[in-house]
This record gives sequence, structure tokens and C-alpha cells, in this order.
Amino acid sequence: MLHQIEGSKAMARSIALCRPQVVCAYPITPQTHIVEGVGELVRTGELNDCEFINVESEFAALSVAIGASAAGARAYTATASQGLLFMAEAVYNAAGLGLPIVMTLGNRAIGAPINIWNDHSDAMALRESGWIQLFAESNQEAADLHIVAFRLAEELSVPTMVCVDGFILTHAVERIDVPDQAAVDAFLPPYEPMQSLDPADPISIGAMVGPDAFTEVRYLQYFKQHTALTLIEKFATEFEQRFGRQAGGLLRTYEVEGAETLIVAMGSINGTIKDVIDEMRADGVAIGLVTLIAFRPFPADALRQALARARDVVVIDRAVDVGMGGPLASNIAIALRELPDPPAMHSAIVGLGGRPTSKASLHRLFRQAAIQPWEGPHFLDLNEKVVARELHRRGKTRRVGPAAEGILKELEKERVEKLAERTS
Amino acid sequence: MNEVQKLKFYQKGTLTVGNRLIDERERNVQASLDRSNSLTSGHRACQGCGEALGARYAIDAAMRATNRNLIAVNATGCLEVFTTPYPETSWQIPWMHSLFGNAAAVATGVAAAMRVLGRAETRVVAQGGDGGTTDIGFGCLSGMFERNDDVLYICYDNEGYMNTGVQRSSATPPAARTATTPAMGKEAGNVFGTGKFTPKIAVAHEIPYAATASVADLHDLEAKVTKAMGLRGARYIQINVPCPLGWGAASQDTIKLARLAIETGLYPIFEAENGYVTRVRKIRRPTPVAEYLKLQRRFAHLFRDGVEDPRVAKLQAIADRHIKDYGLLEEAA
Repeated sequence: MLHQIEGSKAMARSIALCRPQVVCAYPITPQTHIVEGVGELVRTGELNDCEFINVESEFAALSVAIGASAAGARAYTATASQGLLFMAEAVYNAAGLGLPIVMTLGNRAIGAPINIWNDHSDAMALRESGWIQLFAESNQEAADLHIVAFRLAEELSVPTMVCVDGFILTHAVERIDVPDQAAVDAFLPPYEPMQSLDPADPISIGAMVGPDAFTEVRYLQYFKQHTALTLIEKFATEFEQRFGRQAGGLLRTYEVEGAETLIVAMGSINGTIKDVIDEMRADGVAIGLVTLIAFRPFPADALRQALARARDVVVIDRAVDVGMGGPLASNIAIALRELPDPPAMHSAIVGLGGRPTSKASLHRLFRQAAIQPWEGPHFLDLNEKVVARELHRRGKTRRVGPAAEGILKELEKERVEKLAERTS
Repeated sequence: MNEVQKLKFYQKGTLTVGNRLIDERERNVQASLDRSNSLTSGHRACQGCGEALGARYAIDAAMRATNRNLIAVNATGCLEVFTTPYPETSWQIPWMHSLFGNAAAVATGVAAAMRVLGRAETRVVAQGGDGGTTDIGFGCLSGMFERNDDVLYICYDNEGYMNTGVQRSSATPPAARTATTPAMGKEAGNVFGTGKFTPKIAVAHEIPYAATASVADLHDLEAKVTKAMGLRGARYIQINVPCPLGWGAASQDTIKLARLAIETGLYPIFEAENGYVTRVRKIRRPTPVAEYLKLQRRFAHLFRDGVEDPRVAKLQAIADRHIKDYGLLEEAA
């Protein structure tokens, strides 16, 4: 059924359709309306047989989900930003124990400086935690991916994170088709745990594992994620057959036919990129897009195939690994190096801490990749003047004070100067 | 004073008694041939481990009280380490270990799952050491308390991080030597005026049941676990479990030390319901704290060269305050 509805509320509805049995809620700042939306559906009786638990921290939220999942219940929680880092230890634990918890991550920046806006820093910080990470492009896909995520998580007994751009998706109101219960029930069978705590059949879960078996346990996790590559494709096809629209899959391509330049990106920014590509194609530029949905497991083969014939590949990262560059770019570089004649890869760091990404900036970036390629990561729309002034100031004195405040002060100076110019 | 323990045993220096001397119904769970042996033999605990003893009695009592319908969640710590690694597990019950600081929350999740799956008759116990309970797990513990989740949390309090090499916890007593409060410098050992007594904090949450217990009185321990399992909601029992390794004591002195901790007044044994202390375990004649301290190398610096450090008197004052605050002294008939 079609609704004009906020992304978070649509996700709450589709999560409820998955019949989660234990839902944990902690209102980390920044927050989305997803768990409270689920809580409302529990209160109104639209979601039955569900324990909605208000916990005291994100660490507890995932820990409660761990206990519930190990005891045989379908468990769900949502988090964002600092919340994900606060629960980091439990994130790894859920993966190591192989508990099929589904969690929404409303992607936001990580402090300091404190910032509540959208980028992918949080998801990237825990990319090695052993969770499957799927990135939604639109709110429709965000809602649908949760249904796929439960199926995938439970089939493999691997926890799955649905990554949804904070604010841009979570707070946007748009037309979303929320499927009906019967269709979801037909797609998602009841949870049949691979392991569970049961007095009738007592087992020990979470025992100490030494050097004799730790490698093998990790290998099994690696193997399961590898298996997920096939399952993600399979479930995407099945979802499309049942619901009549795409959700998930490893990646999607747009205007790749004969493209000399290919863009790779994850999340909602793909919408803006598509508009830019339309305009550039109209101008006769051979450019296309590869939208990456599955970041973990990383579909290296599928990406190689998709990117093999391009001359230039521009990788859009919504996060920065400060000692290295773009995390997505690092991963793609590894995938590309096995090609006999790999395309030139250009890394761009885009939209950090919620900075809006304009079509004009993307136009410049994509054209520059072909005619004037850069070395290392390019920080799109970096205010170089302010950075240069701050660096100059730092060159003069030791006690420079906090970095963020310094930049803000320089920005204010710039604003006042511009104002003076205009009034004189 | 103790409704369950109708008899008093006056054997000098011991509270133990042969089970055959008492009525069958009053014999402890361990005396029963059909005890569940939840924590079976062959584990890796040290000789004289108070925690292994306490856990065996507590969990078997909980098993009997729940008709063997019990799931246990364990924090990281000695108990977790010495009872595994898999496939060598000493646990004969469904048992789970997740992390150091989240046992209370994981247990909340298990209890929630049991309710939603229509198996609420399956009960949940969370257990951990004092470090996993009063320090790193304190947030989760308090959350479980305030939500009144249906979990009995058992803290085996051996007054320090023994698994990691005897470091100080917030349950380490003042003056005690640990790896992080060495017996050196002007104020050797753990600092006075620090630490916390978590059972009091549990009581402040006004949960249905909070109690302290000791391996020196296993009848009382079993009775408290049984009582706790008869109630629903958040429950807390903190058991004083001497650690021969961490305390620098002889293995055979575990029970003696636990008893002296009670009889000096240093470890008040009480129970509380819904925020009120309802019963305390009385002391007939308080023992001077020096008798307790002298048996432990962690306090050896207080008695160097045969001279009693003035801080022994400060510890005595703490014991005296407990006796007064909790009304521990048995009034003369």
C-alpha cells in the first residue's frame, strides 16, 4: 500500500511486518524515528508478540538483542553514529557468536568535533566487525532491505546492518509502498535458530576459544560472508519476483553502456549522481554509475566485472580513514588491481558531516577525473582558503587551541570580510 | 533470626554440621542425591576457590527452585574461564557468555525471549564477579534493576579482578594490596574512602529482592537463592567468595575467612525486599578485624615487623559502623 510517509516511519512499518519478537530502544543522539515507530506499533497492537525494551545505553541495546537472539527470538535494534561506537564491543560479539540480529544504522558522522549530520563514518568504523552491511539508496529500498536483511541474516546466522543515510533518508517524507503482511510472511519464514538456549537441550554458548580453534572460527565467518554474496543476489531476485521492484543485490548499474568514466558510490547520494550523469550524457559525455549496495561482504568480482571496461573510475567516499584516504576507494583499488588493464582510479571524499553535495560540484569532479586527474584523495568542496589560513596560524604559534574552533573562527572572519566587500 | 535455619550449631569454629543430624527437609540441596550438578567437577578453578563453591550451591539451588528450567548468562571472568573452553564445559545447563560488562543486559534479552516465546516458566540467572558487576557491568546492572526485568543477578564478590592478575575493583576493601594498589609508598594498598557496596545500591533501586550471602553459610545462601527464584522481577544476591590466590590466603582457609568477614562485621549479611532491609544475619560476639586481616597476605603490610598499622583501627571502625548501621549484634537474651 502506498503511503506519503517519513522514511523512518516506513522502515518501522516494514520492520514490524518482519514480526520482530524483541526490539531494544535507546535514543542515542543523533536519533531517528525508527525504533519509536516500532514501539508505537507495539502499543497500538499492530505488532503483536513483541517485547519492546527501553534500555539504558546502546551497549545494552545490542546486548539485550544478543540474549534474545541466543534464546531463539527474532531481535532488532537501531542505532546511529556514536551509538554504534558505544556498542562496538557487542557488535563484534554478535557477529562472532553468529546471531542473526538485524540493526538499522542511520548513517551519521562520528565526533569529535560533535556533528549529528549524515555521512558514512559510523558504518566504516565497524566495517570489519563481521556484520553484513547493506546500503540503501532510497527510502523505498531502505524499507524493503529490512525484509531482505532478516531473511539473509537468519538463513546464514550472520547479523545484518541496514545502512540508511541519516536525515537525507530517515527524515525525508516521500511516497513509499509498504508491502502487506501476507507477502512478507511468504518471503520471510519464522525464525528457526541454528543455536538456542534451551533447558531441554542444554548447550554452552560463548566459551573461550584458544589459538587451536580461533582461526577456524574466523574462517567460518569469512566463508559465511562469502556465501552471502550468492544469497544476496538470490534474495534480490526473489524479492523482485514477489514484490515487483528491486531491493538489494550486490550492486546496480546506471548508464554504463559504453561509459569511459564510471562513478562508484553508496547510499542516497546516488540519486544526485544519476541526475548529473543524465545531464552529462546529454552533453555527450560517456559516463555511468555503479551503485554499491553490499559493502560487506565486498563483491570484488561483481565490481571488477562492472568496472573493467572503464578508462576512469571515480570512487565517492562518504567517510575518511584519516591516515589512509577513502575506505571504499581502498577496497575498490584492491578489486581493480587484478584486472590486466585496470582503469585509473580517482578517490573523492564527499559530504562529510552532512555537507550538501551539489550537482555543480559533482559535474566539476567527474570532468576533472578525465582531464586533470589528482593524486590521493580529493576532498570535494574543501574550503582551501580557510584551511590555508588556519595552517598558517598554526605555523606561527604552538598554543593554537582546539582545531574545530580555529576553523570556525576563520570561517567567521571570511564571512565578515565578504560582508564588508559587499557593503563598501 | 533465620526462619529457614531453625537449628543453631554451636560447634566451635564452624557453622557446618553433618546433614544426617538435621531433618531431611532442612538439608541443603547439595546433600540431595538428585542435585542437578549444574557446575560439574573437572573445571579449572584454583584449590579452595570460593567462587566455584558459591556458584555450585547457588545454581543448583536455582535449578531446584525452578524445577530445572533455568538458563544462565555469565560475564567474562574467573567463573567463565575456569568452566570452559568448549567442548570441555562444566555447565550442565544452558549457559551463555557474551562480554565482560553486559551479563545483566544479555539476561534481560533471554528473559524477554522466554516471555515472547511463551516459555516464561524458564527462568534466567545472570552471574559475574565483582569487576563485571560493580564496575564495567554496572550500567547494564542498574538498567536491569530499574526496568525490574525478570532476572536474578548473582555477583560472586572476591573483592578484585582475580582473573586478570589481582587488580583493584570498586569492591576491593581499603588497605588491601592488589596489583594496581601495591603495598608501597605512604598509603600502601587500596585507598580509604573509595569503593562502593553494590548491595546497598541494589536496595536503592527498590527491586523485589536484594541480599548478601556468604560461602561460610551455605544453608543461608541456598535459602536466599530459593527465595529469590520464587519471586519475579529484578533480584540481586552478592555472595562473599574468598579468593586464596588474590587474597594471599591458604586454600583451606576459604570458609574460615568468609566466616570471619561476617563475624567481624566487615561483610554484613542481610536481605531486603522492595527497598527495605527485612532481615540481617546477627553476630553473637564480634571478632576483631585483625584476626581476619592477619590470615591474608594482601593485608600483611598492616602488621609488618609485629607492629600494627594505625589503619587496622580504621578498618575496625568500618566494621563497627556496619555492626551499628545494620544492627548486626545479637542482643543478649
